[in-house]
Amino acid sequence: MRDVAIVSVAQSEHRRAVPELNEVEMVQPIIQGVLEQIGAGISEIDFTCSGSSDYLAGQAFSFVMTLDAVGAWPPIAESHVEMDGAWALYEAWLKIQAGHADTALVYGYSKASPGDLPRVLSRQLDPYYYGPLWPDSVALAGLQARSMLDAGAITEAEMAEIAHRSRTAAESNPHAQLKGSPPVEELLGAPYVSDPLRRHDCAPITDGAVAVVLAAGDRAREWSQRPAWIRGIDHRVDSHNFGARDITRAPSAGLAARRAGLGDGPVQVAELCAPFTHQEKILRNELGLGDEVVVNPSGGALSANPVMGAGLIRLGEVANRISAGEFDRGVAHATSGHLLQQNLITVLEGDS
Amino acid sequence: MGSGPTFAQDADRSVSAMPEGLWGQPEVNVPDGGGTEQVRRVTVPATMVYDYTPGAAPTRFLRGLQEGRILGERAEGGTDVYVPSRGMDPVLGRATTESVEVGPKATITTFCVVHIGFGENAPPPPFVSALILPDGAAVSLYGTVLGIDHTEVRIGMRVRPVWKDPAERTTSFENITHWEPIDEPDVSAEELKGHM
Repeated sequence: MRDVAIVSVAQSEHRRAVPELNEVEMVQPIIQGVLEQIGAGISEIDFTCSGSSDYLAGQAFSFVMTLDAVGAWPPIAESHVEMDGAWALYEAWLKIQAGHADTALVYGYSKASPGDLPRVLSRQLDPYYYGPLWPDSVALAGLQARSMLDAGAITEAEMAEIAHRSRTAAESNPHAQLKGSPPVEELLGAPYVSDPLRRHDCAPITDGAVAVVLAAGDRAREWSQRPAWIRGIDHRVDSHNFGARDITRAPSAGLAARRAGLGDGPVQVAELCAPFTHQEKILRNELGLGDEVVVNPSGGALSANPVMGAGLIRLGEVANRISAGEFDRGVAHATSGHLLQQNLITVLEGDS
Repeated sequence: MGSGPTFAQDADRSVSAMPEGLWGQPEVNVPDGGGTEQVRRVTVPATMVYDYTPGAAPTRFLRGLQEGRILGERAEGGTDVYVPSRGMDPVLGRATTESVEVGPKATITTFCVVHIGFGENAPPPPFVSALILPDGAAVSLYGTVLGIDHTEVRIGMRVRPVWKDPAERTTSFENITHWEPIDEPDVSAEELKGHM
């Protein structure tokens, strides 16, 4: 295995809507920023990979237009995934492992504001059975929360505490969209959105972008005082058929964590991509995180959730804290699909 | 049903006007799976509404069209003027910051003669659709060329835009109804290199 690290991270100051800019205008400053932080140009990047969705943009091949922000002439080696940018990072990591690249630019972004996001996300469902019923993403998450409450796996108070803790943590995150929270008792007095979910249980809808640079070995040490080394990375998937799953769990997240070597040492910090409060509890259980682990010090997806970027942001947040010397070992989680269907786990470490 | 494909004549969906055979849209033909009759079609109405905004640079271009001007953009440190700009110099990967008026005179860099109708707003066939390089721009715009027999259109031919009346103009590319020839010598293919 080659040593590969995250050496640079940049992200938007996330907002509900950025109507005055098109996608490429929104993404370009982030890509420029992530390269300028390490004094690199696109000619020093061997591979570029992005994550986004045409369904969010409402435009075919929207990712091709955002490539204008990269400077793709002379021609570059480039790829795209219709998934969170964390999966684009996985592809780039494989490319580097295979020896086809030493450096990579990875980005993910969402301009979800033009469409009706919960309805747009329903298009991830199969076209014959569930798709025609148009269940939106919040209603589906409500089914999952109800299952957990009935199984005694969580309480509404615990859910409100997760919301309160996340958005209080976000007060120190300059990129966060939602900062600060009313007290838990007040949250529990709010009306339901999709019973048993209240508004605080749901991630906001976000326009924003994130970019990271990966580098191998000595190149990583050149570009970063303390590279955040990827010590393990793995992604797994649960059935897309909700009826065939125990939706109070996400076994694929636990399996990915084991395969990524999460248990090989103590973990100090975790950034979990949980767009709904109850999903943080599922992930904590599947990953076996104890109370000593700092979870979502950025505020997590509950404080800013650019779809197709929120998972890559988790990787960037853990990497930044390791590079800053705040922690030595952490785990980042990304998800795709409904109800934590697909899960990607990355274990990051700094040199001691 | 014969051995060859039959072609869809559905009332509930539009079918393009391409000739039959390899270019046409064959009717759904599900082989007999034995036992239960195959489901031939599931009708699933799907509508998603987007409130699309063009962004900063396209706004400048569209505002220019409303004034009867073709505005390109250039990045700081760049030489090429892109039109219409999406806000980037795609070679430099940098935001375009300087507005540069181009045209209105322009040159045809390539064209084709369209023999089948497409779209309500298309001229009656045959007509010429072309890529048109406005003077001062690095890249070509798409447009239709009228006011000349289609057999006389050629690469390098000089043209100018024909605009809607000022009172009818909106922030739309449709303000230019078409392009028409002007009496100027052709531009050589050599001079058009890199701008096709």
